[in-house]
Amino acid sequence: MNNQDQSLIFEISTNGRIGYSLPEMDVEAVLLEEILPEGYIRIEEAALPEVSELDIMRHYTALSKRNHGVDSGFYPLGSCTMKYNPKINENVARYNGFAHIHPYQDPSTVQGALELLYDLQEHLTEITGMDQVTLQPAAGAHGEWTGLMMIRAFHEANGDMARTKVIVPDSAHGTNPASATVAGLETITVKSDENGLVDLEDLKRVVGADTAALMLTNPNTLGLFEENILEMAQLVHDAGGKLYYDGANLNAVLSKARPGDMGFDVVHLNLHKTFTGPHGGGGPGSGPVGVKADLIPYLPKPLVVKQDEQFKLDYDRPQSIGRVKPYYGNFGINVRAYTYIRSMGPDGLKAVTENAVINANYMMRRLEPFFDLPYNRHCKHEFVLSGRRQKQLGVRTLDIAKRLLDFGYHPPTIYFPLNVEEGMMIEPTETESKETLDAFIDAMIQIAKEAEETPEVVQEAPHTTVIKRLDETLAARKPILRYQA
Amino acid sequence: MKHRYLPMTEQDKQDMLQVIGVPTVEDLFKDIPESVRFQGEYDIKPAKSEPALMKELARLASKNADLKNYASFLGAGVYDHYAPVIVDHVLSRSEFYTAYTPYQPEISQGELQAIFEYQTMICELTGMDVANSSMYDGGTALAEAAMLASGQTRRKKILLSKAVHPESREVVKTYAKGQRVEVIEIPYKDGVTDLAALKELVNEDIAGVIIQYPNFFGRIEPLKEIEEIVHAAKSMFIVSSNPLALGALSSPGSLGADIVTGDAQPFGIPAAFGGPHCGYFAVTNKLMRKVPGRLVGQTVDEDGKRGFVLTLQAREQHIRRDKATSNICSNQALNALAASVAMTALGKKGVKEMAVQNIQKAHYAKKALLQKGIEVVFEGPSFNEFVIKLPASFSKVNKNLFEKGMIGGFDLGTVYSELNDHMLVAVTELRTKEEIDALAQELGDQHE
Repeated sequence: MNNQDQSLIFEISTNGRIGYSLPEMDVEAVLLEEILPEGYIRIEEAALPEVSELDIMRHYTALSKRNHGVDSGFYPLGSCTMKYNPKINENVARYNGFAHIHPYQDPSTVQGALELLYDLQEHLTEITGMDQVTLQPAAGAHGEWTGLMMIRAFHEANGDMARTKVIVPDSAHGTNPASATVAGLETITVKSDENGLVDLEDLKRVVGADTAALMLTNPNTLGLFEENILEMAQLVHDAGGKLYYDGANLNAVLSKARPGDMGFDVVHLNLHKTFTGPHGGGGPGSGPVGVKADLIPYLPKPLVVKQDEQFKLDYDRPQSIGRVKPYYGNFGINVRAYTYIRSMGPDGLKAVTENAVINANYMMRRLEPFFDLPYNRHCKHEFVLSGRRQKQLGVRTLDIAKRLLDFGYHPPTIYFPLNVEEGMMIEPTETESKETLDAFIDAMIQIAKEAEETPEVVQEAPHTTVIKRLDETLAARKPILRYQA
Repeated sequence: MKHRYLPMTEQDKQDMLQVIGVPTVEDLFKDIPESVRFQGEYDIKPAKSEPALMKELARLASKNADLKNYASFLGAGVYDHYAPVIVDHVLSRSEFYTAYTPYQPEISQGELQAIFEYQTMICELTGMDVANSSMYDGGTALAEAAMLASGQTRRKKILLSKAVHPESREVVKTYAKGQRVEVIEIPYKDGVTDLAALKELVNEDIAGVIIQYPNFFGRIEPLKEIEEIVHAAKSMFIVSSNPLALGALSSPGSLGADIVTGDAQPFGIPAAFGGPHCGYFAVTNKLMRKVPGRLVGQTVDEDGKRGFVLTLQAREQHIRRDKATSNICSNQALNALAASVAMTALGKKGVKEMAVQNIQKAHYAKKALLQKGIEVVFEGPSFNEFVIKLPASFSKVNKNLFEKGMIGGFDLGTVYSELNDHMLVAVTELRTKEEIDALAQELGDQHE
């Protein structure tokens, strides 16, 4: 045995054990050799585990105990909106009529599913202030790429072939420039000013006849609202470009400002953030895209439409950028998001944002005496502290993050955005109580004190987790990406 | 406003606003220009209580004909399979489903190890060296494979068999448009990729050749012969595979594939109207550092204890930004977990047994239909799907089947104009002899 306290499933496998119960073979069993061509019958069996059902349940229960989710404890991971995942969503998504329907059934036999999708499109259209929404993209980054492909198609349809540049702020999520690249466009970075907002003068410098779009997150990744949004929209539109809204931070502005009213032409949402599709350990998500009227022809196909009280899939969309995903999107996640929106209603969604913003500002003000706050103004749903002060004491932000693990918390997003030194991006969300925030704040204050008095306690953290800090360099230098007996 | 998801009381609110130093919550939104500030509330449906909403949505769900209550012969990329009950019990552990991407390995060992095990199982089935932690679905995974091949070979053309799933082909074309790659389709002949046409089309400008195995018509493509043609042109061999079929069929890896992708939906993932499913992506060692998406690797902690981390992140979008060749960020981790649990439950013996049951039940169905005078076209070795020529129009046949409690197969005429009134029939291990006989009977009756 290795030096380990958690076996791999392969290590508890024993020849002859089974964990399955296949249906009865009620037809004649024909020899494979009679049906399959020579050389195409598998000889060596795939080395999957051989374990009993209880073995499986114990194994995964043990693994689950080695994992921290929102249900385990506070998870203030900035920009990820780790709010509570309502349990009703999980139940509804498992209804037979939602979980066990096939995408190619005759539309007359799936009217309930199409109605739900149509109604979700309508709800998201109102929430974003756009003219039409597609539910096809599978995730936020997929939505970004879909939106940029549409913008590119729009410009090309106008003969505007030279519009190949996407302007992205230096504080943007890494997916923004990557999405531009895979949409066949080039990225230009626009600087932030001393207030953490897009530098208007720099924007004037980079915007021009080659501008395809400006991609913006608002509030931005510092949790600050881009106050000059109307001037920026005007600049970009006057130059013939389009305005793209990264909806990662929509939780900050529900019922307060709609991307459509701010001048955005395209918006993607992360239903797994704002609208409680669970994050699932990294996915699946859902990344619907909303557009203004002039971009509707370019939406991916099909689109769910309503005609004569019947719900249909519209494939007759000659200018569409095409399909971005097989079938109609991550339906199961869309069902969860729809259930959430219907649980909250208009007044509920308004309270979501108000409470999320109060929580963030409260934490920011209480932590301000103990950590540097590079951009000192009211934040929206999240804020960014700097660990500069602690760094001078030899304690890095990474150490602070690891020390938080000892208190049972998931740390904030660290070292992001890139324009903050030793950054810690904290997003509490609206589903956390004041008591939870206070306890986390107390832990942060204690760590700040430890940094001054007993820095080694922070530097050597974590002390209580099932495993200590891992050697990531070794993992990359000598990659072991699968189990080998 | 009181709501079970919102713990802030009026008192909390007053206390917190006081600490912040503003009299009202509105003061926190004053940085939003007045002219764009949204006034009032959204014009959307009012909130519903938990019981009322469950009732309404249950009613909506019941408007759909589901696979639990109908005998389905519909496949075409999404299948009705045995999902061990234990899968959903594991997935329901909220330590898994309420977690984010495992960026803090010390408190994410559960997820990381589960994915490491998933990567191993995908490698085993596909016969490849390296598998990533998942992609959105089979279609986008295939598109990313095409883009990888183009980037790796610095060639701008892809050959794509017309016997590949039509929607995957569409997705490949959309991605190709993005990166200005040309896609050329290879015709099929007698239900498999036309090798003569492939030989004509392949040359030193072709980045990769994409074949589906078993293909969209259920047929088993001759990968060995194709591999020789593809590699002779120093092109990359990309195979899209139903991973369940690989329980019984020789793995694409053993037949020389460079990249193998597909969808793990047959392993414990519900049809869910087409998603979320779980794309997989596997490559040879040579391409390890070109794989899109996340990879989990084994390492040790400060005490030398085995542990797992996300690794080789220099490939990924959040580091490479505009130099990235893929922008995938979120993946389908929870469904990869589902597939892992299903593959674990089936195990070494079960995955083979289930694959063989599919072959034999489909074979039985073919014979039963032939006996009723139904023509099976593209006859030849197949997995769990095959094509029949219908005795009447597709819509009529399908409607009659539905009235008898069956969901008919895929309407090939919708995507192949030469195959009007042809049906792609899927027969999985879940279809009983009785159900198969009923299908044959019904189609036979229409024949007469």
